[in-house]
Amino acid sequence: MSQSIIQVEHLKKSFGSQEVLHDIDFSIEKGEVISIIGSSGSGKSTLLRCINLLEIPDSGSIRFHDQDILNSGLKPTDYRTKVGMVFQNFNLFANKNVLDNCVLGQRKVLKRSKEEAIRIAKEHLEKVGMSDFLSKPSTKLSGGQKQRVAIARALSMDPEVLLFDEPTSALDPEMVGEVLDVMKGLAKSGLTMIVVTHEMQFAKDVSTRVIFMDKGVIAEQGTPDEVFNHPKNPRTKQFLSRFLESTQANQTEE
Amino acid sequence: MQIDWSYAWSALLKNWPMFWYGVKVTIAFAIVGTVFGFLIGLIIGAIRAIPMDPLDSTFVKGLKKFGRWITGFYIWVFRGTPMMIQAAFIYYLLRPVLNWNPITAGFVIISINTGAYMAEILRSGIQSVDAGQLEACKSMGMSNFQAMIYVVFPQAIKNTFPAIGNQLVVNLKDSCMMNVISVTELFFQASSIAGSNMRFVEIYFDTAIIYLILTTLTTALLNFIERKMLRDKEEEKKPIFREMSA
Repeated sequence: MSQSIIQVEHLKKSFGSQEVLHDIDFSIEKGEVISIIGSSGSGKSTLLRCINLLEIPDSGSIRFHDQDILNSGLKPTDYRTKVGMVFQNFNLFANKNVLDNCVLGQRKVLKRSKEEAIRIAKEHLEKVGMSDFLSKPSTKLSGGQKQRVAIARALSMDPEVLLFDEPTSALDPEMVGEVLDVMKGLAKSGLTMIVVTHEMQFAKDVSTRVIFMDKGVIAEQGTPDEVFNHPKNPRTKQFLSRFLESTQANQTEE
Repeated sequence: MQIDWSYAWSALLKNWPMFWYGVKVTIAFAIVGTVFGFLIGLIIGAIRAIPMDPLDSTFVKGLKKFGRWITGFYIWVFRGTPMMIQAAFIYYLLRPVLNWNPITAGFVIISINTGAYMAEILRSGIQSVDAGQLEACKSMGMSNFQAMIYVVFPQAIKNTFPAIGNQLVVNLKDSCMMNVISVTELFFQASSIAGSNMRFVEIYFDTAIIYLILTTLTTALLNFIERKMLRDKEEEKKPIFREMSA
């Protein structure tokens, strides 16, 4: 049990009178790549935002290496430093260029020296293929470039877990690939990741575990093979039917 | 009703040293009032714009509520009364204690007054910054304060620059209210000149022209800076439109 990096128990969250998450239990271990799939409104983004405390759960517990986060075991700011987040809308700092986006947090939160922060930022920007744009204002990048910088920014903080909240949903179709390629590389390198996504192929190929959420509960979870090829829950079958049909069609075409 | 144009001109030249002294004081008041008003406004605006964080302790929540109430009261009072009354009241109220001269008192009062207007300008500027910016800061472990200083304020100030600049123009004109506590700004000087020569129409005409030149030059300068900033901004917007069309 203590192997888990993050352990969520009986998590509940409501917005007004609507309960978005009912009693969620799950944990993530080092090196796992978890994809959370499900239709819009199933609570998957809310779950991810609760994990990073951008939403505060109404009840339940979140434990980080067995420290209770919600009941002041660890300061929220210290905890968030260890759990990075990549947003659907990138949220790059609009007043800063590419390099400074990756340097700011390192300097102010991790208190790294300027030289070290720049070195680490460049390292990660290189990894995501953005090292030619160091001094470009972040607002002048394409969506795919922005998201790659956002990933480098999160990596520069050396997080133990990186959360992705629909990282490709706001992108033009031709830019989705470049971001997914970066994420595939990270998964291969052993980074622990939780990815909320609509990219079924990514979930199937890259994750070590797939969680299917429906109406605020985890309806099914297992290996990609279990969930995609042998779904047990009728809702999972229904949700995946469209995706499976299209992939089958592609296969016969080929 | 008539103006002796040649007298207006010759009086301007003859009394120029006095006018010029007044111009310098007026400019000093406009700049000091705008700069310190801006700093006050930034602090007050931030207090009013900081969202309630569910993670805050009860004490911090109470502090934030109190902060909002007290800053709201400050804005209500200083925007709701004429600066001339504020100047007279505060100057005479505190003179026995501080033993201050009119210039110092005037600098303080115009700054506090401008601060009340700036607070509302900057509050709306802070609130216009996309909430995702703050979330991005928090997600990497930055405190609210760090997020404000390094990410939110720079964007808020840029967004509200036209309104901030407008306060400089307002202060150039409104500093004339400081004559009530005998600050030797432009209007005070003009009154002295007019009184000693018993020529009111021409002298006040000259004074109006000087104010007009000051505000026109300032507006032109602000427009120039604003255009430069806007040009950058329009370039920024291009990729955003592309994303939206996707």
